[in-house]
Amino acid sequence: MKLTDYINQEIAWCPGCGNFGIRTALMKTLEEMNVDPRNVVIVSGIGQAAKMPQYIGVNMFNGLHGRALPVATAIKTANPNLLVIAESGDGCMYGEGGNHFIHTIRRNPDIVNIVHNNQIYGLTKGQASPTSLKGFKTPVQVDGVILEPFNPLAVAIALDASFVARTFIGDIEFTKEILKEAIKHKGYALVDIFQPCVTFNKLNTYEWYKENTYYLKNHDPTDRELAFKRATETEKFPLGIFYINKNKETFEEAARKGNRTPLYEYEVDFNKLKKVIESKRS
Amino acid sequence: MKDISIVLSGEAGQGIQTVEYILTRVLKNSGLHVFATKEYMSRVRGGNNTTEIRVSSKRVRSFVERIDVLVPLGKNATERLKERITEKTLVVGERQFIEETNGEKIVVPFLEIAKQAGNRLYVNSAAIGFLSGLLGADKNVLENQIKKQFEEKGEKIVKENIQAALEGYKRGQELSQRIDIIVEKNPDVREEILLNGAEAVGIGAIAGGCNFVSSYPMSPSTSVLVFLAQHKNNFGIVVEQAEDEIAAMNMVIGSWYAGARGLVTTSGGGFALMEEALSLAGMIESPVVIHLAQRPGPATGLPTRTEQGDLNLVLYAGHGDFPRIIYTPGNIEEAFYLTQRAFNMADKYQVPVFVLTDQYLVDSFYNLPEFDLSGVKIEKHIVKTSKNYVRYAITEDGISPRGVPGYGEGLVRVDSDEHDEFGHITEDFDTRARMVEKRLRKGETIKKDIVDPKLIGDEDYRTLLIAWGSTLEVVKEAIEEMEGVALLHFSQVWPINESIKRYFERAERVVAIEGNATGQFANLIQQITGFRIKDRILKYNGLQFSVEELRKKISEVI
Repeated sequence: MKLTDYINQEIAWCPGCGNFGIRTALMKTLEEMNVDPRNVVIVSGIGQAAKMPQYIGVNMFNGLHGRALPVATAIKTANPNLLVIAESGDGCMYGEGGNHFIHTIRRNPDIVNIVHNNQIYGLTKGQASPTSLKGFKTPVQVDGVILEPFNPLAVAIALDASFVARTFIGDIEFTKEILKEAIKHKGYALVDIFQPCVTFNKLNTYEWYKENTYYLKNHDPTDRELAFKRATETEKFPLGIFYINKNKETFEEAARKGNRTPLYEYEVDFNKLKKVIESKRS
Repeated sequence: MKDISIVLSGEAGQGIQTVEYILTRVLKNSGLHVFATKEYMSRVRGGNNTTEIRVSSKRVRSFVERIDVLVPLGKNATERLKERITEKTLVVGERQFIEETNGEKIVVPFLEIAKQAGNRLYVNSAAIGFLSGLLGADKNVLENQIKKQFEEKGEKIVKENIQAALEGYKRGQELSQRIDIIVEKNPDVREEILLNGAEAVGIGAIAGGCNFVSSYPMSPSTSVLVFLAQHKNNFGIVVEQAEDEIAAMNMVIGSWYAGARGLVTTSGGGFALMEEALSLAGMIESPVVIHLAQRPGPATGLPTRTEQGDLNLVLYAGHGDFPRIIYTPGNIEEAFYLTQRAFNMADKYQVPVFVLTDQYLVDSFYNLPEFDLSGVKIEKHIVKTSKNYVRYAITEDGISPRGVPGYGEGLVRVDSDEHDEFGHITEDFDTRARMVEKRLRKGETIKKDIVDPKLIGDEDYRTLLIAWGSTLEVVKEAIEEMEGVALLHFSQVWPINESIKRYFERAERVVAIEGNATGQFANLIQQITGFRIKDRILKYNGLQFSVEELRKKISEVI
């Protein structure tokens, strides 16, 4: 089975969209890691980024706007043997799904959370997103954005997320290597990917990202304070793995006490149930 | 008197629920039929809460307004009960708590008895003992139950509680000789179980193969979440308290996608937040089981009271057209059997299934024969996928075989957008129409499995009463002595067959009885059958119907 089997052939992205690069990076990652597509589920929300699983031949749960993370958490818990990727845009993950973003990090399910961060709403035609920079003008934010941008990495590190990284899709190879690390990592892994929206975002272009990012060098990702400091840098945005905490139990391990049997094999112990019913005698 | 109604009244936090819990078990295990229901304020301390316990020689399962014995456990504990206290009511307790009320007052110094036994905290044990003595419960059953309750607190506390209870018992016995209380015991009752509606829903869920629960606490539905959490390790159930109802519902749908059998338990306001995800379940054809314990709305409404006001909510929730099933258990047995069934039906038809209860049902107890597990089956409908599996195969009955990821050779691809058979986004108008029709065909197929309404009472009725959900036992008791009156009770309100019209056409008069302000079910019946039910007995003040009130109102209509 190939990753190009059973997919929706009609790719609906604009020519030049950063999503193409993310698709390439993700497919390469899965191929190079020899992952069986039948054991992969991509859960997404709504938006252009959320169409990703339509175009990759794995199991797909294309759900509701903002709601990919609770679904992904439940899938991983119901069958810990699956590789579960929750993927969507910045509006979906950080805006509509902000509360789930916070609490999924607290849960720490062993999933990869890929966020296509183009700092704008594409599918709804160019409004501000939670990560749009201050002063950014749109047809809705006519005087420019007046809110502080949401800082997903700083929030994740503040919540002691177990893996926090950022890449820029102008560098597909680098993105691929980071995705591999995220998949290998046991626990919740955030990969925020800068991705130009060539149609609506005329500020954060390929060129802009090249000029306004740099690669983390000699950075110790186990140092949380340092990671937080790096995550709050805005003059130039660092790229790479900011933070890793390997000493955390995953949600599914805790919730299922280490049992990895898929719940579709679950059988009710009717003898136990009979005892529960009998206990209601006194 | 063979059927006695006892009411305990006091502040939140005084332990009335503990008294209810222990006393009902003492009475039941002495061979007496019991029923208990509580009404409480939305607060943790103070205010005024009451519990009604009925004790009888025959089965009792419904709320009455009559109070034969009232035990106020605090100041102002009789204030809210004024209208229910008559000169026949025996008011028992501390002098200062019973001074201000009508009825026949009998001073029993529970506090003094407790202090004598060693601590004022034993006051509830003294009251339990007193009522046990009054009703002729077995002394050793009383001792055992008290022991069981306080075992963890050490021998001294057990001993002193028993002492307080036995002193109370003695005084209760003395009083019982003065008044006419003859409740006959039946040894078979001892073998029966005693539980509330919430526990029945919980046990039904486990019997339905439920292995995943995600919810956000909300009265009065939380007791089901608590019950399943208490048993999760015993059965290997995943129980997660979500950050909000939106997450809860999405998690449960995700769990079904991966092959689990998931449940959410919530109330009206919580379900309002789940509506979008309900529509998701409709579109991706995911099974999901929703237990919704109703309370009065709109908005926060009366958080701890009861109503049948959310039928329209669950019937119409979710944008777009898609099938669903709504069960409305009438009593504790039905709460068990229908919740069990809900999981099989959700799996079979890949639709949302509601178990619609209310505060009255989930918080009421009575004794009943053990649930029969011999006929209970878990029907699994998941298929092992083949290489060319498509999730949304167009079929005659509308049901597409449902695979789960990682089980078989194929891929399971579901999409909240309108999709083709592969699950891929489509904007093709013909495909759209075909998919809408496929989903609606499923709705027709579901009708093969309708739980028919029950006709109770006079077969040759002139007056037909229509009720659904938790009013079943109250209406049944209200019409016991009436001639020419029958009840048609619905424990499934959606879908329903148009053929139910035949019941109405035989009647001279049809009356709907509902715990809401507009007659939501009567309106639904009209929509389905064209039959307009003009007479409606409705209640919407936050309390359940009482037997007396219904007797009076039904008689007036007849």
